[in-house]
Amino acid sequence: MYKYDNYDQQMVDARVSEFRDQVARRIAGTLTEDQFKPLRLKNGLYLQLHAYMLRVAIPYGTLSGAQMRLLGDIADKYDRGYGHFTTRQNIQYNWIKLADTPDILADLAKVEMHAIQTSGNCIRNISSDQFAGAAADEIVDPRPYAELLRQWSSFHPEFDYLPRKFKIAVIASETDRAAMKLHDIGIRLRHDDAGAIVADFYVGGGMGRTPMIAPLIGDGIAIDHMVTYTEAALRVYNRHGRRDNKYKARIKILVHEIGADSYRSQVEAEFAHLQTLELEPPAAELARIQAMFVPPAFDTTAPDSVDRSDPDFAVWLDNNVHAHKQPGYALVTISLKPIGGIPGDASADQIRLMADLAQKHSFDELRVTHAQNIVLPHVKKADLYALWQMLEANGLGTPNLDLITDIIACPGLDYCSLANARSIPLAQKISQRFADQGRQQDLGELKLKISGCINACGHHHAGHIGVLGVDRKGVENYQLSLGGSEGADTSLGQITGPGFSEDGIVDAIEKATEVYLVKRENGERFVDTYRRVGMAPFKEAIYG
Amino acid sequence: MKILTGNDLKTGDVIWWTGYDWSRHVEDAVDVGSDADTILAREEATRRVNASYAIEAQKTADGVRPAHIKDRIRALGPTVRPDLTLKPTDPEIGNWVI
Repeated sequence: MYKYDNYDQQMVDARVSEFRDQVARRIAGTLTEDQFKPLRLKNGLYLQLHAYMLRVAIPYGTLSGAQMRLLGDIADKYDRGYGHFTTRQNIQYNWIKLADTPDILADLAKVEMHAIQTSGNCIRNISSDQFAGAAADEIVDPRPYAELLRQWSSFHPEFDYLPRKFKIAVIASETDRAAMKLHDIGIRLRHDDAGAIVADFYVGGGMGRTPMIAPLIGDGIAIDHMVTYTEAALRVYNRHGRRDNKYKARIKILVHEIGADSYRSQVEAEFAHLQTLELEPPAAELARIQAMFVPPAFDTTAPDSVDRSDPDFAVWLDNNVHAHKQPGYALVTISLKPIGGIPGDASADQIRLMADLAQKHSFDELRVTHAQNIVLPHVKKADLYALWQMLEANGLGTPNLDLITDIIACPGLDYCSLANARSIPLAQKISQRFADQGRQQDLGELKLKISGCINACGHHHAGHIGVLGVDRKGVENYQLSLGGSEGADTSLGQITGPGFSEDGIVDAIEKATEVYLVKRENGERFVDTYRRVGMAPFKEAIYG
Repeated sequence: MKILTGNDLKTGDVIWWTGYDWSRHVEDAVDVGSDADTILAREEATRRVNASYAIEAQKTADGVRPAHIKDRIRALGPTVRPDLTLKPTDPEIGNWVI
C-alpha cells in the first residue's frame, strides 16, 4: 500500500489546520454560509437532510486494517455507530457535528486519510478494480497508476474549479469491474503488440440525467505519457465545458455535442503541446510508488483445495469467493447486503471486525467495491472456513454477491437532500421478497440498482434491472428500466413504461424475473435474455 | 400554515421555529404567516440556524404536518432506522411519513 512521505503528511496536516480555522470562523460568524459552503465541500462536508454528512476518501478503494479500524472508531466517537460505504468506494457518516469535523479530519490524518476533493467541481477520488493486485486476469496492478494520478490531481490549481465534478477510474484487466466506461475518464491499461504497457482512454462517460457510455478517445497511449494525456483531456474540457448550465456541464455533454472525433483532435493537439513542456512525472516517481505495491509474501506451499462439506459454507464459497492469481489464495467479498438490511451500511463493530479479519487473514488489506461491499484480497484457502464462520456470526456472511439481493442503493430520501424518493426501503422490500437462497441462485447473476433521483448515485442506468425514484406531485414514484450493464458489455437500461408505487415496483420486478425464467435459454443471464428477446414480453407481463 | 425550518449551525440537527426559539420537534412549530423572510433573515444572523427556509404545513389532530414528504422525513428522521428517529418507540411512526 502507498505510504505518505513527509510532504504528503504535511499537506494533509496543513489542510486540517486550515479547516479548523475556517470552522471556527463560521461558528464565530466571520464567515457566512455562502462563504463557508465551498470550503466545507472541498473537505467532504455536506449538509444533508438530518445533519452534516462527511464523505471520507478511500483512494482506489484500498484500506489498511488500521485505517479501517479508525473508520469504525469514528463511527462510534463522532457519529451514531455506523458508516455507509458508497458507490465511489468511499465511506460517509450521516450524523456529524460541525464543531467535531476538524478533530475527525485530524484523526484521519494520523492514519494517512482525508476528505479532500470528495466534493466540489474538481477531480474526485480515483476509483479502481477492487481485485487489483490479486486478479488473475490483470496485466499489472493498476493502483500505482491511480496513485500517480491522485497525487497529480490533488490540489491541482488548474483543475480545482472545473465546469463540474470529474471522476476517473483506472483498471488493468480485460474484465472491467469498475464500470470504467461510465466515468468522465476511464483508463484501461493493456499490453500493446510489442508487449509494452499502454493506456486506452475512454472519455465522456457517466450516468446522471444524461447517461453516456464513454467512447475510446486515446488508443494505446504510451504509459510514460499517461499523466500528460490526462492533463490534455482535462484542459480541453476546462476550456470548452459549459459553465452556464450545470445540467450540461459534464464532459460527456462536451464530447457528445462536438463529437468524439473533434474532441479527440483537440486533445491530440493539446497533448502535442504539453509534451514540449515535459510535464510528465519522472519515471522514478512511478517506480517509488510501485515499490509500495509489491505483492505480499505469499506462502507458496499453501494448499489449493478447500473442504466444501458444510453446505452453507459451500454456497458462500460459490458466490462470494473468486480465484486469486496466487495458488492457495482466494479473493473474498464480504457482502454488506444482508436480507432486509441497508445496502452499504456497516456498524462500528462490524467495521472493526473486518479490520481485524484483514489483519489476521489478508495481509492487513481491504478494498471497498463500487457495489458497496468489502473485499479481503489475499486470503489463504485454508483459512476460508474459519473466516466464513466469523463473518456468519457477525451478520457479514450473506452469500449473495451479484445475485438479485446484492442491491446497489443510494441513501435516497431517508438521508439525501437531493433525493426525490426513498431508495433503501425499496431495496429492503425487494431483498425480502427474493430472500430464498434457492430462488436467488436460480435467477443467477442479476444486478439490481436503485437511485433516489436523477443524479443516479445508485447507478440505476447500469442495472440489469434499474429503478429510479421520482417525485410525482409530492408522492414517491418509481420508474423501472431493464437491460443496463457495466463492464465489458456496458449498456444503458431502457424504461419499461409508466412508473409504480413502492409496492407496485416490487411486483413489477418480480414479473420481470418470471419472464426471464420462462424465456431464458441455456446459460443466459437475465440481461442476456433481455437483449435477445427485447422489451416486449417483459412489458406485456408487467403492464398486462 | 407556513412554518420555518433549518439546521442547527453547530450540530446540524433539524430545527423548527417556535415563535421565540428553535425546537427539534415539528409539533412546536408555529404559523409565521407573512413574516417568514423577516424572521429568517434575523435568525440566520444570530448563527443558531443554518440553511433555513419556509414550508407549507397543515395543523392536524396529531400536530403540525409538513406538506412535503421530504420535510416529514426531516421532522422524524430516517424511516429505515426507527432507532435514530425522534420517536424510536412509536410503532406507527413510519405511517406518519407516508
